[in-house]
Amino acid sequence: MSPLRKWCARRSVPLLLLAVCLGLMAFLSVRTQSFFSLKNVVNILEANSYRLILACGMMCVIASGAIDLSAGSILSFSAIGAAMAMRAGAPVWLAILLALALGTAMGAVNGLIIHLTRINALIITLGTSFLYRGMSLIATRGIPITKLPQGFRDFGFGDVFGMESGVTMSFLVVLVLIPFFYHMRWGAYVTALGGNPEALKRSGVSTGRYRISVFALMGALAALAGIIITARLNSAEANAGLDMEMDAICAVIMGGTALRGGSGSLLGTVIAVFLLGLIRNGLTILSVSSYYQQFITGALLLCAVAAAELRERGRRTG
Amino acid sequence: MGETILSVKGIAKRFGHIQALRDATLEVARGSITALVGDNGSGKSTLIQILSGNLLPDRGEIQVGEACCHGLTIRRAMALGIRTVYQDLALDDCKTSVENIFLGSELTRGPFLDRRAMAREARRLLEEIHVEIPDLTEPVGRLSGGQRQGLAIARALRRPGELLLLDEPTAAMGIQESHSTLRLLAGLRDRGMTLLIISHNLHQVFALADYIYVLRAGRVLTGTATGDTTVDALQEQILRREREEDRL
Repeated sequence: MSPLRKWCARRSVPLLLLAVCLGLMAFLSVRTQSFFSLKNVVNILEANSYRLILACGMMCVIASGAIDLSAGSILSFSAIGAAMAMRAGAPVWLAILLALALGTAMGAVNGLIIHLTRINALIITLGTSFLYRGMSLIATRGIPITKLPQGFRDFGFGDVFGMESGVTMSFLVVLVLIPFFYHMRWGAYVTALGGNPEALKRSGVSTGRYRISVFALMGALAALAGIIITARLNSAEANAGLDMEMDAICAVIMGGTALRGGSGSLLGTVIAVFLLGLIRNGLTILSVSSYYQQFITGALLLCAVAAAELRERGRRTG
Repeated sequence: MGETILSVKGIAKRFGHIQALRDATLEVARGSITALVGDNGSGKSTLIQILSGNLLPDRGEIQVGEACCHGLTIRRAMALGIRTVYQDLALDDCKTSVENIFLGSELTRGPFLDRRAMAREARRLLEEIHVEIPDLTEPVGRLSGGQRQGLAIARALRRPGELLLLDEPTAAMGIQESHSTLRLLAGLRDRGMTLLIISHNLHQVFALADYIYVLRAGRVLTGTATGDTTVDALQEQILRREREEDRL
């Protein structure tokens, strides 16, 4: 097989998603006048920046053979932590650091429990998602925390290259993650956790350290997404990020990362996040009821999973 | 028997109600191939797991070279120069041959993986032990049993040390692949390595080993130089012991 064909074969899912994206963009450009404008493109990027951040963390978790259903709850609680700190008079930078620390700690707790108990990540993070969401409700009594300092709001709305700072941050997350995930030991061990954790352990590597670190990263990125959402909305609330982990999981799987772990596709995840964003945006512009959005997302996910499974079976049978 | 590289004294291990090993004692001479034979459940794999640091014994002593200890962790075993090829091979099917060979001991340039150097080293290592894998960038899940075995041995050889433990190295292999693996193991002994092999196949063991220990019900029954016994004699010895134990 030629190097080009091999390159294409290994990236068949991202390339397919890209083709679907381009096709959809072409269709929407023809059907509507407002789609193909800089304003709309920026709008799509801004509306999906925090989704991309969350999906990047989820991609690492899924590549490690686990899943995190508590990401949305971590997002909510860490943002509430930051908002409460600011209301108590803490400077913006300290509140942001506090939120990131809270998110990292909650993620690390997930990883620690999973490593120590060896119980399936789905069960553990389902439990902690209720736990963390409960903590948010207890802390706020269900009342949103509003009127946040202007400095914090600028963090969400701040203009970088004509776009909200959230977009820049999401691309920064992707850029930082590329070397860590693909070119450093951390990524090699995280994917080995999904491929064969016993092989990793027998190679003398501490599996616990990498299990905990991947969940801590997920927590930190959920906190960052929480900060961006809270700054944009000028409100921290207990129900923020509800079901957002499902969107992230959907994008990761559509992007070609196998649910059983062992490998991950950052490029596929990025494209899938924007494809889903494009669908949401396109349906809104076409004035299609939002009820259809979930239906189409579900159908696309099923098609992506079926295509990936067929491809894998084809490889196995030669 | 020449200079002893590994000495196991009175090792015992219990799993719940099952006494997997009881006072297992054996010695392995430097530069030899020593075989552990026995029926299923005789404690062979438990002993290998203890020697490779995957299990801690309840009792007993392990001496590797000059170092003496009660039990080993995986890292300690590696530090003492014990390398293990597990029965399940412990390969990550999603990773490539190069990535598997270097898993846990990657070559780096600064903080980054040095893939070129690793590919070069992997190719050299596989050539040295005559294992043919045409495409080192393919996931190992697509390789044949013999290639996977060769890869697991190559990975073990990558790490420093001169004692290689192999748990059923030819299990689930065809005749051709078994022969090439046996040739590979004999070649390693010729290069001065010490091998401790677990096997069910007495004929293969006789063709390869210098010394043979028989395990039964967690005990080391006999230890004989291969030249001093025959397959039939050893089988007869095992069967006689079985009959004696049945009578008891």
